[in-house]
Amino acid sequence: MKSQSHDFIGRARKGLADVDLQTALARFQTGFSVKRAEAAAKLPEFEALRDEAVEIKDHSLDHLDFYLDHFATKVEEGGGEVHWCVTPEDARQKILQICQAAGARSATKSKSMISEEIALNPFLEENNIAPIETDLGEYIVQLAEEYPSHIIAPAVHKTKDQVSNLFYKHHKEKGSGKRLDGVEELVTEARGMLRKKFIAADVGITGANFLVAETGTTAIVTNEGNGDLTQILPRVHIVLATLEKVVPTLEDMTTILRVLARSATGQEFSTYTTLSTGPKRVGELDGPEAFHVILLDNGRSKLLGSEFREILRCIKCGACMNHCPVYGTIGGHAYGWVYPGPIGAVLTPNLMGLKEGRHLPNATTFCGRCEAVCPVRIPLPGLMRKLREEEFDAKLLPPRYRLGLSLWAWMARHPRLYRLAASFGRRVLNMLSRRQGHLTKAPFAAGWTAGRDMPAPEGGSFQAQWRRKGGRT
Amino acid sequence: MSPNMSNGGDESRARIMADVRRGLGRSELSGEAKAKLQARLQGSKNNLIPTRADKPHDEQVKLFIEMAEGVQASVARVDSAGDVPGAVADYLAQNNLTSDIVMAPDTTLDAYPWAERPLLHMERRKAVGADQVSITAAEMAFAETGTLMLTSDTARPSTLNFLPDSHVVILRADQITGAYEEGWKHLRAQVDQGTQGSEDGFMPRTVNLVTGPSRTGDIEQTMQLGAHGPRRLHIIIVEK
Amino acid sequence: MNEKPQIGLFVTCLVDLFRPSVGFAAVKLLENSGCVVTVPDAQTCCGQPAHNSGDKKNSRAIARQVIAAFEKFDAVVAPSGSCAGMIKQHYPALFSDDQKWHARAEALANKTFELVSFLTDERSVESVNATFNGSVTYHDSCAGLRELGVHDQPRKLLDSISGLELKELPGANVCCGFGGTFCVKYPDISTRMVTDKVADAAATGAGTLLAGDLGCLLNMAGRTTREGRTIEVRHVAEVLADMTDSPAIGQAEKAR
Repeated sequence: MKSQSHDFIGRARKGLADVDLQTALARFQTGFSVKRAEAAAKLPEFEALRDEAVEIKDHSLDHLDFYLDHFATKVEEGGGEVHWCVTPEDARQKILQICQAAGARSATKSKSMISEEIALNPFLEENNIAPIETDLGEYIVQLAEEYPSHIIAPAVHKTKDQVSNLFYKHHKEKGSGKRLDGVEELVTEARGMLRKKFIAADVGITGANFLVAETGTTAIVTNEGNGDLTQILPRVHIVLATLEKVVPTLEDMTTILRVLARSATGQEFSTYTTLSTGPKRVGELDGPEAFHVILLDNGRSKLLGSEFREILRCIKCGACMNHCPVYGTIGGHAYGWVYPGPIGAVLTPNLMGLKEGRHLPNATTFCGRCEAVCPVRIPLPGLMRKLREEEFDAKLLPPRYRLGLSLWAWMARHPRLYRLAASFGRRVLNMLSRRQGHLTKAPFAAGWTAGRDMPAPEGGSFQAQWRRKGGRT
Repeated sequence: MSPNMSNGGDESRARIMADVRRGLGRSELSGEAKAKLQARLQGSKNNLIPTRADKPHDEQVKLFIEMAEGVQASVARVDSAGDVPGAVADYLAQNNLTSDIVMAPDTTLDAYPWAERPLLHMERRKAVGADQVSITAAEMAFAETGTLMLTSDTARPSTLNFLPDSHVVILRADQITGAYEEGWKHLRAQVDQGTQGSEDGFMPRTVNLVTGPSRTGDIEQTMQLGAHGPRRLHIIIVEK
Repeated sequence: MNEKPQIGLFVTCLVDLFRPSVGFAAVKLLENSGCVVTVPDAQTCCGQPAHNSGDKKNSRAIARQVIAAFEKFDAVVAPSGSCAGMIKQHYPALFSDDQKWHARAEALANKTFELVSFLTDERSVESVNATFNGSVTYHDSCAGLRELGVHDQPRKLLDSISGLELKELPGANVCCGFGGTFCVKYPDISTRMVTDKVADAAATGAGTLLAGDLGCLLNMAGRTTREGRTIEVRHVAEVLADMTDSPAIGQAEKAR
């Protein structure tokens, strides 16, 4: 999908003013994060497992060529096909070819952020193949003609009322024809609507949480079972994954699985963890006749050789955005592209360019909650700071910030002049505070005083008072 | 296709490999380095396994039941194979479900005396959209999180695990073990037969690790069972 | 550590400019625990604004100044988790290409502390001699909490104060929205975050909101006065040092 990240400030403002979104976010802020803490507390080995997950991911990345090669060989030995794609366009064309060869009129999809990255759905539609989102959250978002606002809970920005309205509008003929109010009724209606589409689909497209090199296996993790109906009902199963998903063995995948669901939703294990190895075997009664794996680079090999390599450890659990106070205030759409929250703040500028994504790593307080909960210990604030360094070196900062910073830094390196300037500034602020103890407006500080008062300085500086009292310096 | 596009085949594979190696700052691995990685792939070494399910077997069974019920599966225990058809009939009656059942052609399910319950009507095939109740046999189960391992083969179509509204799984108590790693060991130990073009492969086409019935939290994070997969998962544990 | 350790007080630019009383509270607490306190002249700022803006050159220059001014002391103490965190966690990495300065930065990092955790962890202070009649609630400033592990220590010392009732703040570990330059670059978002924080604090019913970082405190105090709330905002050091006679942050001198 096309990035709107350059418009972050406007989109964030919109999010702050969106009453429905704010209602949804209030619920969200104490949902997943609370559950994750409970799950972590229940498993004594949780921290040790995180450490192992880091080792496995780093080892896999260090030997990515070897493991990808082995994975592909195993897939082919098992009767599947592997398609190596460099760009999103390559992947789209390859998927289209496979769909057209199968005479496909519709393709069911289970949730795949990579399919968003390559803007697959509009492309399929342009080519007369109907993409059917089956994850309930993705389905809701598809009806609303929006894109996901969260990587595992795509419709987390919607209230139940909004979903009721959407279903009533779109299900009038084929659904109940009534406006439904309860969560159970809504889910039941969606289940019915999608069941026929699952069965009618010619192709099923899934993502992959893991690519297991040992066996040529792809693995997905869902709670609904839609990923399973997507891959065993149609004649063709296409797995769409980027390179860094590969891990060496089933045991390695298992270790990471133990921290995945716990970090994402606080569940001990997702309802369905499904391992797919090739097309249906001779004599099997169901399953896909063809198994295709699209291995997409789209900038991953470049990240591998960059200072941002740790971002490739990401297992797409969503914990970072679940805990991010900025995400929790503005919602996922503000970030303007596929990946919101802290992961988006690092990926978007790297994949879409710094000019396009520069606001994202700036719109953070570096509170560190994301890094504290990331199951694979990605140093997210540090990576965002590196992006700010790149931005600074590329002179992309607005001139007034650069000037202000230069001035401040110069002052800081010249203590006596700093003290003179600070003393002057203090006097001005004291004057303006009219003895209220705070200012409602201050020069050069409109950003601050728009939303809060500025407490007034109190008398001389500490260092001046200390010197006057004869303190040791 | 534009000249700059990769064709997905050998040329693209070579290009991506080269790009990856450039990112890693080295060329293709060989000799000792490569041998080490191959050994790691074949070694199937366990990483850290939580001690939670490291218990005597009868406690593992108890833990399995506790965890499975914790994720809204229902569990019944019967003493012997002879009790299974009765347990199925009871479950269907208690939940007001049809006795038209689709059951896996799996020969392990032949061990149960279904003929003693003639009102249960079984069809041995894969599932279709209209099916309401299915019965399958488990391959293994893990006490760690109350998880079933269901594997596909010619007599175990995976659609039985997902299409019907209610899914009944027959699980022998001796199939219950502690951690997921036991499952991989078990699969490796079985000789794979009948797979297309792969003599060495031990993996079934599909392995489903199932932990409770289908659910979603996508509407206001309110959990609702029966999103697309079965609304009900009933596990009958057979002691002997 | 020595019997009478020589402490270099890193007063922090915000305390120096906006609320010197916090500096005096810190001195009192340190002296009461047996330290000799020096406040080196050649200090201005720890360099966070430059560091967080990606200005490596100025960050290093300021860091060198701080290292040179403070490395002679037995320990460096700052009444701020973020400034102590800057010196402790980030200074060494600034000099990864410069072995000599890296060694000096490491040495300084190893003996730099946030104030309250210094008292409990390094000086074995178990209680303070203070009274406070009222209820307080405590906000965990992000850097102190996540970079330095400051959590139990302030609560322990507050607990020792007679008359003081501590009400736990729901979401105590959620960011207040200050974030240095963040609050002026993204004021809408920052204002929303501090609004939520202040509402949570007021909902506890506590009369005073405390934290260990003046950036957070100026942010939160600025919002409470803008909303006309009665809850007062102070630095935890003021309460621990029994120096709460002066006006709270953002409040005028009361008429005598």
